[in-house]
Amino acid sequence: MAKKVAFLQGNEAAAQGALYAGCTFFGGYPITPSTEVAEVMSAELPKIGGKFIQMEDEIGAMASIIGASLTGAKVLTSTSGPGLSLKQELIGYACIAETPAVIINVMRGGPSTGMPTGPSQSDVMCAKWGTHGDHAAICLVPASVQEVFEETVRAFNLAEKYRMPVMVMPDEIVAHMRERIVFPEPGELEVINRTAPTVAPADYKPYDTSFGDVPPLAAFGSEYRFHVTGLNKGQDGFPTTKAAWVQAEEERQVRKVDANIDDIVTFEEYLLDDAEVAIVAFGSTSRSARFAVNEARKQGIKAGLFRIKTFWPFPDKQISALAGKVKAIITPEMNLGMCTGEVTRCAAGRATVAGIFRVDGEPINPGQILEKIKEVM
Amino acid sequence: MSFDYDKYIRPGKLPHIWCPGCGHGIVMKGLIRAIDTLGLQKNNTAIVSGIGCASRLPGYLDCCTLHTAHGRAAAFATGVKMAKPEMDVILVGGDGDGTAIGGNHFIHACRRNIDMTYIIMNNSIYGMTGGQFSPCTPTGAKASTTPYGNPDPAFDVAKLAIGAGATFVARGTAYHATQIDKLIVEAIQHKGFSVVEILDDCPTTYGRRNKFKSVIEMMNRLKEIAVPIKAAEKMSAEQLEGKVITGVLYKEVRPHYTEEYAKVIARASK
Repeated sequence: MAKKVAFLQGNEAAAQGALYAGCTFFGGYPITPSTEVAEVMSAELPKIGGKFIQMEDEIGAMASIIGASLTGAKVLTSTSGPGLSLKQELIGYACIAETPAVIINVMRGGPSTGMPTGPSQSDVMCAKWGTHGDHAAICLVPASVQEVFEETVRAFNLAEKYRMPVMVMPDEIVAHMRERIVFPEPGELEVINRTAPTVAPADYKPYDTSFGDVPPLAAFGSEYRFHVTGLNKGQDGFPTTKAAWVQAEEERQVRKVDANIDDIVTFEEYLLDDAEVAIVAFGSTSRSARFAVNEARKQGIKAGLFRIKTFWPFPDKQISALAGKVKAIITPEMNLGMCTGEVTRCAAGRATVAGIFRVDGEPINPGQILEKIKEVM
Repeated sequence: MSFDYDKYIRPGKLPHIWCPGCGHGIVMKGLIRAIDTLGLQKNNTAIVSGIGCASRLPGYLDCCTLHTAHGRAAAFATGVKMAKPEMDVILVGGDGDGTAIGGNHFIHACRRNIDMTYIIMNNSIYGMTGGQFSPCTPTGAKASTTPYGNPDPAFDVAKLAIGAGATFVARGTAYHATQIDKLIVEAIQHKGFSVVEILDDCPTTYGRRNKFKSVIEMMNRLKEIAVPIKAAEKMSAEQLEGKVITGVLYKEVRPHYTEEYAKVIARASK
C-alpha cells in the first residue's frame, strides 16, 4: 500500500509528528511564527479525545503541559523567542521535577520582540542556558519538513526516556516552508513511553535511583500518590536541604544526558571523507551550505558538510575529530556566533574557524558560503 | 470520637513549617475535614499550590500533591484537570502568590469556570520572604517594604473572583474555624471554579509591625471585623465600614470548562 504523502509546512509537520508520537495534550499561547502548530493541534486533538487549551500566557501554557504530563499524558507546547524567554521559568521546573514535555520553538529574531516574521537561529543558547541553575538540555534542529516530523517524534521519545523537557527548534524558514512529506506508517518509527513504576504504591518514590538515573514516573490519579516540587528534593520527592542529597540529585539530573550523549546526538556528514574545509551548519542554513559544498566541489575545492541535527547536547566529540582532520571550519548561522563559539571550543585551535553571521532577517545564501570557502582555502 | 486527621496527613511530614499563631494550620484542618466529609479519594485528589508559606500545605497531605512555581498553581492545576477531568483538584496558596504574580492565572481560571476549588489564605503579607506588602495589604499598613506606610490600595479578592467569572465565591476567617470546612465542602461540591478566601493572620511578619500585641489580638480582630452575609444584609453602609462580609458571597450555575470541552470533543469527533 502506498504511503500517505502530503505537502506540508514545517509547523504542520511538527503537529503531525506530535500526534504520531502519541501526544494527547497541547497547551499554548499564540505567537508568530509558531502559531500553526497550535492551530493544527486545536483541530486534531479533540478528534482523538485529546485536549487542547489556549492559556492566558506563555508561562501558563508551560504550566498546563507540566500539570497534564504528571497525569501521564504526552504533552506539547509551541512558541517562539519571546515566548521561550517567558517559558524559561517553568522549563526549569520541568527539569528539576523531571517531567517529560516537548516544546516546539520556532526561531525568529531577538532580543525581545525582534523581527517576528523573520528567520533566525539565535535561540539555541537560550535552549541550554535560558533557565537558571544547572540542568541538562536536549535541543533538536531539523532542516526539512520531513525532518521536523521525525525529530518531533524523537523529541517525544527523548522526553519520555529521560524524563525531561526537550526542545525542537526549527528556524522560521524550516517552520514555514512547504515540502513533500511522506508519513511513516504506525509502528515504522519507534515510539517510546515513560517507564511506569512496578513497585507497590507504598514503596514508590518518584526519584528512586535504585532504578537508575531515570527513575520510573507514576501518574496522578493512579494508585500511586506522590509529591512534586520545584525545590531541591530527595528521592522521595519531598523538599530537602540535606547537602549530600541535593548534590547527588543535581549531578544525576545532568548526568542522565551526559552519560547518554551517543544515544541522543545525531548529525549528518556529507562529503567529509577527503574534505579540507568543512561547513558546520544546522537548520535551513545547512541547505545553503550543502549547495555551496556541491558548487565548491565542482570548482575542485575539497569541501564537506557536517550538519548538526542535535544542537544540545552539542556534538563535541565529532566536531573535535573534524577539527583534527580539516584545515578550516566554516560556521554559517543566523545569529552572531552562537554555534561558532561551540565549534571554536571543540576545535581547540586545531583548525581555523570562520563564521558567517546574519541577523538581518535574510537567509544565508550559498554564494556567501562559497565565497568564504574560497577565502579560507 | 475525635476526628482522625492522621488518615490524611503524610507520615513523618509534621511538624509543619508555620509559625506559632499562624492560621494556615487551622485552614489545613478545615480542608482535611472537608475532604473527609465529601469522601474524596486520596488517589483521585490533586492538591496544587504555588510558592509561599501557605503553598507548603500540599506536602503534608497524603494525596497527589503538586507544589509548583510562584503564582502558577492555577495554570498547573488547569493542566491536571483538563487532562484528567475525573480528578478532584484543589488549589491552595497565599494572597501574594495568588493575586500578584499569579493574578493572571487566577482571573483566567475564574473566567473559564474550570471545576476546581481555590482556597486562598489571605494574611495580607508576603510572609515567607519576611513581610513585604502584598496586593492585599491594607493602605497605610506597615510592611518591610512600606516602612512609611503602604501607599497601595488593596484588592478585594472575592470581588476580583466574582468580576473575573468565578461561579462560587465564599469568605471565611481563620478565627471561624468551624465555618471553614463548611465553606470548603460547598465549594468543592459546586461544579465550576470556586474560590474560598480565608482571612488569615501572620503574627510574625504582619502583626509585629502593625501594633498587634499578640496572636490573640489578631484573632480577635478577625472575629470583630467578620459579619455573616445574612447579618450584613440588614446593616447600613456606615455600620459595615471596616467590616468584612463572610459566608457564601456569590453562587451561579454556568457550564464548567471540562464539560464544555467535552462538547468540543463531541463536535470534532462527528
